[in-house]
Amino acid sequence: MSTGWMSQTAQPRAPQPQAGEDARTRTMRPIVTGTSVLGIKFDGGVAIAADTLGSYGSLARFREISRMCKVGNQTVVGGGGDVADFHMIRDLLNTLEIENREYEDEHDIKPQAVHTYLTRVLYNRRSQMNPLWNTVLVAGMQDGEPYLGYTDKLGVAYQESTLACGYGAYIALGPLLREVADKGEPITKDAAVALLQKCLKVLWYRDARSLNRFEIATVTAEGVDISAPQSSESDWGIASMVRGYE
Amino acid sequence: MDGLVDRSNPDWVSAEHKTGTTIMAVEFADGVVIGADSRTTTGAYVANRVTDKLTKLTDYIYCCRSGSAADTQAIADIVRYYLELHSVEIDEEPRVGVAASIFREFCYNNRDQLTAGIICAGFDEHKGGQVYSIPLGGLVVRQPFAIGGSGSTFLYGHCDSTFKEGMAKDECLTFVRNALALAMSRDGSSGGVIRTAVITKDGVERDVVLGDALPTFYQG
Amino acid sequence: MSSIGTGYDLSVQTFSPAGRVFQIEYAQKAVDNSSTVIALRGKDGVVFAAENTIASKLHEAKTTRRVATIDRHIGLAYCGFVTDGRSVANEARSYATRFRDLYGHPMPVSKLNDELSGYFHMLTLYGAARPCGCSVLLGAYDAAKGPQMYMIEPSGVSWGYYGCALGKNKQPAHAEIEKLKLSEMTCKELVKEAARIIYATHDESKDKDFELELAWVCADSNGQFEHVPEELHKEAESFAQTSMEEDSDEEDDSDEDED
Repeated sequence: MSTGWMSQTAQPRAPQPQAGEDARTRTMRPIVTGTSVLGIKFDGGVAIAADTLGSYGSLARFREISRMCKVGNQTVVGGGGDVADFHMIRDLLNTLEIENREYEDEHDIKPQAVHTYLTRVLYNRRSQMNPLWNTVLVAGMQDGEPYLGYTDKLGVAYQESTLACGYGAYIALGPLLREVADKGEPITKDAAVALLQKCLKVLWYRDARSLNRFEIATVTAEGVDISAPQSSESDWGIASMVRGYE
Repeated sequence: MDGLVDRSNPDWVSAEHKTGTTIMAVEFADGVVIGADSRTTTGAYVANRVTDKLTKLTDYIYCCRSGSAADTQAIADIVRYYLELHSVEIDEEPRVGVAASIFREFCYNNRDQLTAGIICAGFDEHKGGQVYSIPLGGLVVRQPFAIGGSGSTFLYGHCDSTFKEGMAKDECLTFVRNALALAMSRDGSSGGVIRTAVITKDGVERDVVLGDALPTFYQG
Repeated sequence: MSSIGTGYDLSVQTFSPAGRVFQIEYAQKAVDNSSTVIALRGKDGVVFAAENTIASKLHEAKTTRRVATIDRHIGLAYCGFVTDGRSVANEARSYATRFRDLYGHPMPVSKLNDELSGYFHMLTLYGAARPCGCSVLLGAYDAAKGPQMYMIEPSGVSWGYYGCALGKNKQPAHAEIEKLKLSEMTCKELVKEAARIIYATHDESKDKDFELELAWVCADSNGQFEHVPEELHKEAESFAQTSMEEDSDEEDDSDEDED
C-alpha cells in the first residue's frame, strides 16, 4: 500500500483500483478526498474551517463540495479524508437528529454526544477492518462552553482548544494555532476567524491538495453559522525577488 | 509489459471488458445534454467500436457508464428496476436525484468490489435538468456539468474554459460534441462515434455523429 | 356489536359465517373507547389535537403524548391503545428513515400511508398476530403539494381526509368539524378551533380530567412537524374555555327565556 496510515493527503497517483490487489487492500483506499480541517475555540464559541475541494488523486475534481454539516442547533462537524465516507457520516447524523426531534424536549443533541457517537462509529468500522477513511472535528457549545473534539479513522478521540487534521496538523497547528493557545487567554471571534483565514492561506500556499475556496463555521450561544464559500487574498510578491536557482 | 506487445499472452484474452471511455453530461436552459464515445476495449483490443454507453433508466433519466462494462450494466439494470417500482409506488416520474441516490446505494456499499464511474442525468418537474456525478468510491455530487472516463482527464481545461451556464440546446450540443471529439483524438481508450441525447420536459432526442464526421481540431 | 360471534371471534384467522373478522371489529372498539383525537387540514397545513386523559392527580404534565414526530415533515397522532400507537409510530419512523436513506429525499406522506396501512393489514392476517388496537392520523405539509392528511383504521383501511375525529366523542366532534370551512382556514385559526372542539366535546360529567395536546405541521412551522408553541397553545386553550363559557351562558339565557 502506497498510502501511509496516517496520511490524509499524500496521493502519489490517481487512486484507480489495481487488478491483482486483494479486497482488503482496496478497502484501505480513499478515492475522492478532502484535505485539512482546522478548529479553534474563542471567547464564547468555537470555529472550524475547511476548503471545498474533493480531490481525485492529484486532480482537483470537485471544487464546490461542502465538508461541513450542521447537527442540531449547537453542533457542526467538519471532515477530511474520503468524501463519500463523510457523506455517509453526514447521513447518519441527519438520522440521529431526526430521531432526537421525536423527544421534543428542548434538549438538542450536544456536541459531546455527537463526538462520542462518531468515535464509536469510526472505532467500530476500524475493528471490522473496514475503516471510514475520515478525520473529523466536532465543534459546538456544550452547556454554554465551547467544545472542540477530534476523531480519526482509528477511533482515536481527544479534545483540545485548537485542532487540525490532514496537512493542517503539520502546517497550521504548530506555528499558528498553538501560538495563540499558549498565550493563555481566549481570543475574540473575529480574531479566531482571521486566524483561520490566515492558516488556510498558508495551506493554500503549501498543501498541494488544497483550494483557495473555503467555508468557516462558527458556533456560539446564538447557534451555528456556516459561512458562504470565501477566498483569501494571496501574496506572490516574493516571486520577483527570485531569479535562477542559486 | 512496458508498452511492448507480449504475443504469447495477449491482453485481450485475460483483460476485463472496460468502457475506457469518455462520457459527459451538461445542464442547459431546458434540460440536459449527455454524450459518450462508443469504444469498448479489452486491453488494447477494441471489443466493440459502436457501443451505446448512454443507458436509459426511465423516460426522463439516463446514465452514462464508464469502468467495468459488467459492473456498470449490472448496476444500471438494478437501478432501472428500482426506479420503475418506485415510480409505480409514488405514482410520479422519478426524480433525477432519486436515481443518483439509488446508484449511491450500490456504488458506495460495494465500493471495494466495483469499478464503476457513472454520470446520472435527466429531467424532473422539481428541479429541471440535473447532472449527478458518481465516481469510483460511490460519492454523489450534483454538478452543472460532469465529465468521466479515461478520456475526461484530457478535457478538464477545455471544459472549464468553454462551459457556460444556461446554454441553448444547439450551443450545448456543440460543446458536448467538441469536447468528446477532443478527448477521443487524444485518448486511446476512447473513439468511434459520438452518441448524444438531449433530455427535456418533452422527452429524449438521441443523435449520433459518425466516426468520419467528427469535429476536427489541431491534428499535429 | 350486533352478533357476538360465538366462537368466531377468537382469532383473525377465521371469518364468521357472515363474512366478518370480529377481532378487527373489537380492535376498532378499542379505538372508539379511547379519548378523542382530531386532525384538521387547513389551507396551509395540518393541525392535530388530542384530549389526553389524566389518569391520576400525580400525573406530570406533558409526559403522556399521543402525537408523535415521524420525520421532520410528518406527524402522527394515535387513538386507542397508547402502546400500540407508540409501536406503530416506531414502525413509521423506520419506513421514513429507510426511504430517505435510499431515495435521498423525504418520504411523501402518501407513500408512508400506503406502507403503514400495509403493516396494519398484515396484523389482520395471521393467527399469531393481534390487530392494531389503534387508529392513526398522518399529517404532512410541503410547499409543492400543500397539506395532506390520512387516517388508518385497525383493519388497514385508509383514506385521505380534510378533517377527522377519532375516539369516544368522535360523533359530536365530526359535527363540529363539518361546520368549519377547512380549506379556507389557516392553521393559526384551526389550532383554536381544534382546541375548542376538544373542549366542547368533552363531557365533564362523564369524562375524566384531561390535558390538551396540540401539534401542527404547516407553513408557519416552516413545514416542520412540532407541538404548537407554548404561547399559541395557551391562546387556543383560553379561546376554547371562553367559548365554552359563552355557550353555557347562552344556554342559561335560553333557560331564562323559557321561564
